[in-house]
Amino acid sequence: MEVAVVAVLLTLLAVITVVIIRQRSLFGVVILAGTYSFLMASVLIALDAVDVAMTEASVGAGISTVLFLATLYLTNSREYPVPRPAAIPLFVALGVTAVLIYGTLELPRFGTADAPIHKHAAPRYLEKSVEETTVPNVVTSVLADYRGFDTLGETVVIFTAGIGVLLLLRGRRRRYSAETGDEVHENEA
Amino acid sequence: MRLDLILRIVSKLVLPFMLVFALYVHFHGDFGPGGGFQAGVIAAGMLILHGIIFGVGATKRIAPQGLIETMIPLGVLIYASTGIPSILAGLNYLNYAVFDLHHPSHGHHLGILFVESGVIITVFSTMVALFYAFGERGRE
Repeated sequence: MEVAVVAVLLTLLAVITVVIIRQRSLFGVVILAGTYSFLMASVLIALDAVDVAMTEASVGAGISTVLFLATLYLTNSREYPVPRPAAIPLFVALGVTAVLIYGTLELPRFGTADAPIHKHAAPRYLEKSVEETTVPNVVTSVLADYRGFDTLGETVVIFTAGIGVLLLLRGRRRRYSAETGDEVHENEA
Repeated sequence: MRLDLILRIVSKLVLPFMLVFALYVHFHGDFGPGGGFQAGVIAAGMLILHGIIFGVGATKRIAPQGLIETMIPLGVLIYASTGIPSILAGLNYLNYAVFDLHHPSHGHHLGILFVESGVIITVFSTMVALFYAFGERGRE
């Protein structure tokens, strides 16, 4: 049953990807990308990764769709096709695909319990989390406690990225006068 | 937008539930799926929905831009300063045992809540500030 659900979802993902590539209206692309994120969230739920699914649904389908639409409002919502030779990009794409598939050959089979990643620190977290932190959701205790430094770094990344985008979007508003070189404040106007 | 009566009424009904759900995801993150990051995004989604339906000006009266932009570094500050008591007590940075020396596990629980509060504040305010910044560009 679960295999069938995942198979249907992955097929839909592939269909949406092809439609996005062929789509020229950027509004359609943004909406389809939101749909893609929702389907991806469903796949993650089927894989029992509920925390990641929640993030994908809220960030991928929610916030980024809104920000993309806001960008379209500021720019043009139609993509102009640029005629380009397709041979070199196709070659690069096929080459990267081949390398990636070659890379997966040595990986342990998907979902096997005795893969190295499940044998290193994960059993320790699963056994000791409730005892050491009284938190039953191991995802939260790993994220905020055992790997607290990583999450501090992630928060700083969000902070830095947010400040950077704010500066980029606002940068144009402060202009310098051509004659005197003084700063001209337009914000008060 | 003025005439979209159904959208306006329905979003008015939905908005408080979105905020409560965000707080639920935040405070229940220790027991169920979710945590500060997801809660922050959902709470920001609530303000963004408000901004889309009622206009960014009305949203800025509820959540002033200055306040939102102060909250971005505030969250990081809360997170980073959570680790300072443990340094003063001679433990490792971000060792939450310091918050309850008799039951270290309870201290860890509290510490996780503090840290997640820092995350929710930064994520929420960053998302809303980005939305405001896009809205400002549109008016020029």
